[in-house]
Amino acid sequence: MDKDIKVTLKVWRQKGPKAKGQFETYPMEIHQSVSFLEMLDILNERLVKEGKEPIVFDHDCREGICGMCSLYVNGHPHGPATGATTCQLYMRRFQDGETITIEPWRSAGFPVIRDLMVDRSAYDKIMQAGGFVSVNTGGVPDANAIPIPKKDADLAMDAAACIGCGACAAACKNGSAMLFVSAKVSQLALLPQGRVEAARRAKAMVAKMDELGFGNCTNTRACEMECPKNISVSNIARLNREFLKAKLKD
Amino acid sequence: MWLLNSSIGRKLVMSISGLFLILFLLFHLCMNIVAVFSGEAYNMVCEFLGTNWYALVGTLVLAAGVLVHFVYAWILTMQNRKARGNDRYAATARPKGVEWASQNMFVLGLIVILGLILHLSHFWANMMLAELAGVHGEIAPTDGAKFINFYFQGNIVNTILYVIWFVALWFHLTHGFWSAIQTLGWNNNIWLGRWECISKWVATIICGLFVVITIIFYVNGVGA
Ligand code: HEM
Ligand code: SF4
Ligand code: FES
Repeated sequence: MDKDIKVTLKVWRQKGPKAKGQFETYPMEIHQSVSFLEMLDILNERLVKEGKEPIVFDHDCREGICGMCSLYVNGHPHGPATGATTCQLYMRRFQDGETITIEPWRSAGFPVIRDLMVDRSAYDKIMQAGGFVSVNTGGVPDANAIPIPKKDADLAMDAAACIGCGACAAACKNGSAMLFVSAKVSQLALLPQGRVEAARRAKAMVAKMDELGFGNCTNTRACEMECPKNISVSNIARLNREFLKAKLKD
Repeated sequence: MWLLNSSIGRKLVMSISGLFLILFLLFHLCMNIVAVFSGEAYNMVCEFLGTNWYALVGTLVLAAGVLVHFVYAWILTMQNRKARGNDRYAATARPKGVEWASQNMFVLGLIVILGLILHLSHFWANMMLAELAGVHGEIAPTDGAKFINFYFQGNIVNTILYVIWFVALWFHLTHGFWSAIQTLGWNNNIWLGRWECISKWVATIICGLFVVITIIFYVNGVGA
């Protein structure tokens, strides 16, 4: 049964990108049925009433689809739950008396803007480099007009579940964005409409990822274990395949 | 050059050089197995290799392989530290399913290098180098079997140092082998688990045999 619990929040506070940050501690009494982000809302209301600066954190949809809620909770991106975003995290995951450490993503590719909010636009830039289909695919075809094997459709669908949240790079000791890039390359490379530009896309997205300073993947699988959408590292193998094939053809 | 400028290109070099080193380990293992059964046969192999041109070329290629692997490991590791950024997490937890070895490949590699230096000082310096330089001590540079007995038979310090070396190599290979396959793109949902399992077997067979053979040398020396 959910009950009221007392927790201690250790929250990273940082006034701006260049400012030196530090942890602030906030005691919190909260019901376990409250979501993690609602708890931060309640804390912020309290801070405003006390005349203090509220904690800045990113969020939007609060239903696990936008990928904004980039919080590193107790050593895990998106907190201790697997296959869930921070906004899908509830306080029943925590024990009475627990200390909860909340940090921003820490990766050179995602500089802190303020408090817990980081600049995740690097992933947008990677998308802009090639994460789209620009060939003319005509009007909307009839369903099943282009036969696609169920296996490929499933793999493409699984890869397309990526919400671009950045947890992969945040979890990776190498600050590598490979899981994200591989999901985006895969979801298109597996389908006929995306296949046409697969080689160019893989090269362009990898080049952009490298240019933005993300690290080299050493296959630790931390990304996959922390990904809220359970994106598999087999996508990384596919990206490697696509990339190497494209380069060897050049 | 994309083998240097692109992250996947760099990983490709890492992967090929690593697989090449594994192939060499297999070859070296065969020689050790020969020595277990017969010191004489082992010396025939040593003599056959000796300082012939093909052994010298082989040594140079091998040295280049180690050098490339090491230099790329260094570049990769430095870039990755930079990509991680200067600010570290206060709370960290290794997620389930992440192998310790996979996050410590560079440190494990350094231990492997230290073991390699010790090993080269024991054998290569006394054999190929000594023969090339034309200076040697009491044991003839072609008498590999005698060197094995000299360094291992009843020598607990060397035996333990070598076993530590092989354990580090074991960790390195448990991750390294499947990681190399993954880097080549030769993986999918079904083979992911299989390759990881095969990787552990590859590491265990190679390093396990090296350890067993070292202990045999410690107890018995080379075969009669
Ligand atoms: C007999 C010696 C060695 C063998 C057989 C070996 C084998 C391998 C293999 C197969 C890989 C996987 C490549 C990939 O992920 O694509 C690897 C990766 C790596 N090795 Fe080695 N290695 C050896 C020595 C070394 C040394 C001396 C170092 C340097 C300190 C080193 C550092 C690394 C690093 C940092 C990686 C990257 C981790 C990764 O990408 O998975 N290794 N090694
Ligand atoms: S791969 Fe997973 S962790 Fe990475 S951005 Fe996509 S959803 Fe987030
Ligand atoms: S707020 Fe949209 S995914 Fe969490």
